[in-house]
Amino acid sequence: MTTPPPPVAPSPVRPFYWSVRRELWEHRSIFIAPLGAAIFVLFGFLISTRGLIRAMDHLVGQDPITQARMLAAPFGFAAMVVIVTTAIVGIAYSLGALYNERRDRSILFWKSLPVSDLVTVLAKAFVPMVILPVVAFAVIVGMQLIMMVVSTMILLANGPNATLLWARLPLLQMWLITIYGLAAMSLWYAPIWAWNLLVSGWARRVTFLWAVLPPIGLCVVEFIAFQTTYLSDLLHDRLRGFDEAFSDKTPGGFLGLVHMDPVGFLTTPGLWGGLIVAAGFLAGAVWQRRYREPI
Amino acid sequence: MACIEARGLRKTYGATVALDSVDLVVEEGRILGLIGPNGAGKSTALNAILGLTAHEGELKVLGRDPWNDRDELMREVCFIADVAVLPRWMRVSQALDYVAGVHPRFDRARAERFLDRTTIKRASRIRELSKGMVAQLHLALVMAIDARLLVLDEPTLGLDLLYRKQFYDTLLNDYFDHTRTIVVTTHQVEEIEHILTDVVFIDKGRVVLNSSMDAFEARYAELLAPPEHVAAARALGPIHERQVFGRSLLIFDGVDRRHLAGLGELRTPSIADLFVAVIGDQATLKAGAAA
Repeated sequence: MTTPPPPVAPSPVRPFYWSVRRELWEHRSIFIAPLGAAIFVLFGFLISTRGLIRAMDHLVGQDPITQARMLAAPFGFAAMVVIVTTAIVGIAYSLGALYNERRDRSILFWKSLPVSDLVTVLAKAFVPMVILPVVAFAVIVGMQLIMMVVSTMILLANGPNATLLWARLPLLQMWLITIYGLAAMSLWYAPIWAWNLLVSGWARRVTFLWAVLPPIGLCVVEFIAFQTTYLSDLLHDRLRGFDEAFSDKTPGGFLGLVHMDPVGFLTTPGLWGGLIVAAGFLAGAVWQRRYREPI
Repeated sequence: MACIEARGLRKTYGATVALDSVDLVVEEGRILGLIGPNGAGKSTALNAILGLTAHEGELKVLGRDPWNDRDELMREVCFIADVAVLPRWMRVSQALDYVAGVHPRFDRARAERFLDRTTIKRASRIRELSKGMVAQLHLALVMAIDARLLVLDEPTLGLDLLYRKQFYDTLLNDYFDHTRTIVVTTHQVEEIEHILTDVVFIDKGRVVLNSSMDAFEARYAELLAPPEHVAAARALGPIHERQVFGRSLLIFDGVDRRHLAGLGELRTPSIADLFVAVIGDQATLKAGAAA
């Protein structure tokens, strides 16, 4: 037998870091879509500023709470547009993450390298759960700063109301709430991202239909068989239920720091149940990528 | 320690038997050509060796069970599945960054040197490269990895002759160093014949021939016999016979060359000719019987 060649000094590797980098290279929509949404919002906002001076004059006599709520409304709406956009990107991403590599056969390249299936799946879960919220926050801050600067310049040129804007708009507070809300959403929706990854690694085609129709089908079966709606209630709670993170649930109500309810959120059984289910789905996705025929 | 050791390797898909009790030992430092018709089980065998498919029977690659120890194994094993698997969206520079970032035995400078010999631009996306350039890139990546086993499954499929020739020349001159092991499957047998040290024919999931090239030359003889000698040649029991320009071409297995010498032109058959002799006839016969 021949001895193996003297190994070259192994270079340090960071499989997780590079696996995430590779996702960002491939899916540029992770950045482009939220930025695009922000540009649309800013475009609309610029047009809307023609009514700004009158609106501010109207606000002068109001009480501070109303002032803050009125001033915050367009900023909050703008943030919501960006968050919804990243959520849509996340859905598209997670449904393709383990599907596209099989469709274009590049999985055979990825699997020729010493990156474990666990690292790969975790990197792909990291994108909707961490990267997209961070991108959303950065875009929101940038967008709101531009809105703030534009409003200030218009108001400075037309009277004294710029001070009112800066005094009453709780921008820092809103950013804190945004961070908190994004983190809560990431945890709350973890089982959905994980389910999408599982389906994307399993379905031979039409991943969206496989992700959506079987749960609906099960709800229908349950309703017809037992006339109960536990499953659909569960899904419904999961889809709209992340407001557990906030104590004020009046729709359209102004959210302040006092409404953040991290203790209540972290003690919600649904959060932990969801995370356990998410871990199960991810384990299934890892198992599947590891032990099923790659193509 | 053998690089690959398989005993009774078997793989079924439902009722279809893809591999049937395959025994195979590949020592380190060999270049093995795995030759077989479509659907013979070549890719299944390679997938089992690469830990991509479960199997029955014993299989050790570099002393490890490829199915259960795949993650460790892939640090020492490299493969090119075929030319089309590099991700099309990736840039050449990204491919270099990525492999350097995840593979402890990747020598980036070496890969860069290979690429400098080609016209591949670092900023190009893989989808912008020709098929031949993609193969060059993949080879550059793989050759810069200090792997003990390299598996090539139809690495030159769909490439033109120049790229194919260059691919194997580069592999032999710049990569192979008599300590690494290479397993390669291809349909263009004649192009890799000169680089192989061993050849295995596989048909319908079974190994039908397993020989080193040295033993191959000693064992098989091809005789181009003029009509007057054909009867005498046939008496020696050729395994295959066909007509070429009015003369008979006969292939013998294990017949002493001294007995054949006077009967016509004698040489070692090419792998392709022997392949047709060993496997082609059965396939043709079956087709004939069915008709």
